[in-house]
Amino acid sequence: MTLLDVAGLRTEFATPTRAVAAVDGLSFQLRPGEILGLVGESGSGKTVACRSLLRLLPSRRARIAAGTVMFENRDLMRLSEAEMRVVRGRDIAMIFQNPASHLDPVFTVGDLIAEPLIWHFGESRRAARKRAVELLRQVGIPDPAGQIERYPHQFSGGMKQRVMIAAALACEPKILLADEPTTALDVTVQAQILRLLLDLRDRTGLAIVLVTHDIGVVAETCDSVVVLYSGRVMECGGTQDVLTRPRHPYTRGLLDSLPTTAARGAELPSISGYPPPLDRLPQGCRFHPRCRFAIDRCRREPIELETVDDGHASACVRWREVMEVGP
Amino acid sequence: MHRFKFVLYRPIQLLPVLIGVSIVTFILVQLIPGDPARILLGAKATPEAIAEVREKFGLDQPLVLQYVHFMKNLLQGELGRSIIYRAPVLSVVEQRVAPTLFLLIYGVVLSVLLAVPLALAAAWRAGSSVDQAVRVFSTAGIGLPAFWLGIMLMLLFSIELRLFPVSGYGEGALSHLHHLFLPALTISIALAPVLVRNLRATLLAQLESDYVSAERAKGLPERAIYLGHVFRNSLIPTVNLLGVNVSWLIGGTVVIESVYSVPGLGQLMVSSIFGRDYLVVQAVTLMFAIGVILVNFFVDIVTVALDPRVEM
Repeated sequence: MTLLDVAGLRTEFATPTRAVAAVDGLSFQLRPGEILGLVGESGSGKTVACRSLLRLLPSRRARIAAGTVMFENRDLMRLSEAEMRVVRGRDIAMIFQNPASHLDPVFTVGDLIAEPLIWHFGESRRAARKRAVELLRQVGIPDPAGQIERYPHQFSGGMKQRVMIAAALACEPKILLADEPTTALDVTVQAQILRLLLDLRDRTGLAIVLVTHDIGVVAETCDSVVVLYSGRVMECGGTQDVLTRPRHPYTRGLLDSLPTTAARGAELPSISGYPPPLDRLPQGCRFHPRCRFAIDRCRREPIELETVDDGHASACVRWREVMEVGP
Repeated sequence: MHRFKFVLYRPIQLLPVLIGVSIVTFILVQLIPGDPARILLGAKATPEAIAEVREKFGLDQPLVLQYVHFMKNLLQGELGRSIIYRAPVLSVVEQRVAPTLFLLIYGVVLSVLLAVPLALAAAWRAGSSVDQAVRVFSTAGIGLPAFWLGIMLMLLFSIELRLFPVSGYGEGALSHLHHLFLPALTISIALAPVLVRNLRATLLAQLESDYVSAERAKGLPERAIYLGHVFRNSLIPTVNLLGVNVSWLIGGTVVIESVYSVPGLGQLMVSSIFGRDYLVVQAVTLMFAIGVILVNFFVDIVTVALDPRVEM
């Protein structure tokens, strides 16, 4: 059963001269209880993709130019703003990268968590705050009853992220969009938050879209992964398949640039060059200027996703060779 | 509630400030050119008479001793006698406090009532026709000088339409409201635009904050986010700006009270300066200074109430 079905999503941003696509042709399916990783470098479009799903991008600058996002037999991209508001927070919730700036500083954490309950279910402030205590306990905040009157700045980074997760889970959504939820946190805290997300998935069957640039995080937590580059899907499939048998030079580059103890002392390989700016995308495959596998065809025409294995697709014409050639 | 503890000990911290203010006002009078005794007695006084007066008022003593004497009197509420009113300075000044205080509060309330809805409407859709209209109002309000505006309002509402009295303070609260409407409006036409511009800019900046995205993701209606979150966060800088402007306004009442003949401290200040009634000038200066200190104290309390992150 598919919970969320994204097909051909294209998000454009207006620039003074023309519209550029930050996300172009994104497709994936999400099942209940599945954790899907959306991975890529800065500027790869992963955050924009995530926000597009909830239509949280500024309407003056961004627009969904194409694609469908099917959720419970409805295309989210075609809902009215009022209908979309009911979906947000209630069916699909979202947590963000920097918990310090994403929590309103003048609200108590109790009120921040109670808010969606009051708006979506018309609960009284008292009942909602009672539930907030329960939610704080669920996300592992000690002495929850004593915390709801406190303000976000009185919590540590990891605790703030727990507060944000508690607020996101208040209405028991089916899907959680997590936009780099651990990037701003210490490594030890990072692991705790990921553990918490896995726990929540196991207990409640929550499906999670995890946006991250950290392929290590993907390896530890995700069931499936979509690798984005310059707004295009380079490769997607089960985490195991993609990370152990990458079929795209970009994925392979990301994996090779992970530090390992085996290669201690050796120079860390990296992908040369930088992602192209969105208004000056290269012709053909967007990765070809940085790709050592590139051939003429890659410079000429866009490369479409091709199934390489069951549930595993790559947008590389030379995917068969990617694994065979040494680093 | 420990964040509000400063309300108790702040007055103690303000003591040095008050002493500083007293020194400055004391020296101000000393700096006035001419000999007070000669001014008091007039140009034809004999040197003997002048010397006598100097001795009587302690003007022949060293400055430090004079200051000690001044402070001793000040603490007993003894501010000397007014030359013009031929009455104790304290009683002259006392009567003038209420009209000025009434006018200031009236003007500030009117300004806030005007500024908040205008700023909220302008920032709701930046660049909209409403926003443009508000911009025209604020630019015009900032550009018009208070004395000119006061006279124009008076001509229109008092003399042409006969809706409001030309001058005075009236008897009883309702009459005060009626009498001081035009002066308060003059204040607010000058003050509201400053607040509108600041609040509008802050609202627009706050609308770009990360927490706004987070609130949208929760499914809150845009209006609830705007009024419940964005507005509350935007008030913090605007309240501080209001505090600065009220401090400035305390001196600014001099012009408005003169135009509308409001029997307040500002008007008293002007007439005392022209009448060389230096002890009254000194007392009013002191009142203004204390007013500014109180306003800042009050702003601190409001800031702490609005912003849980602030510790005083």
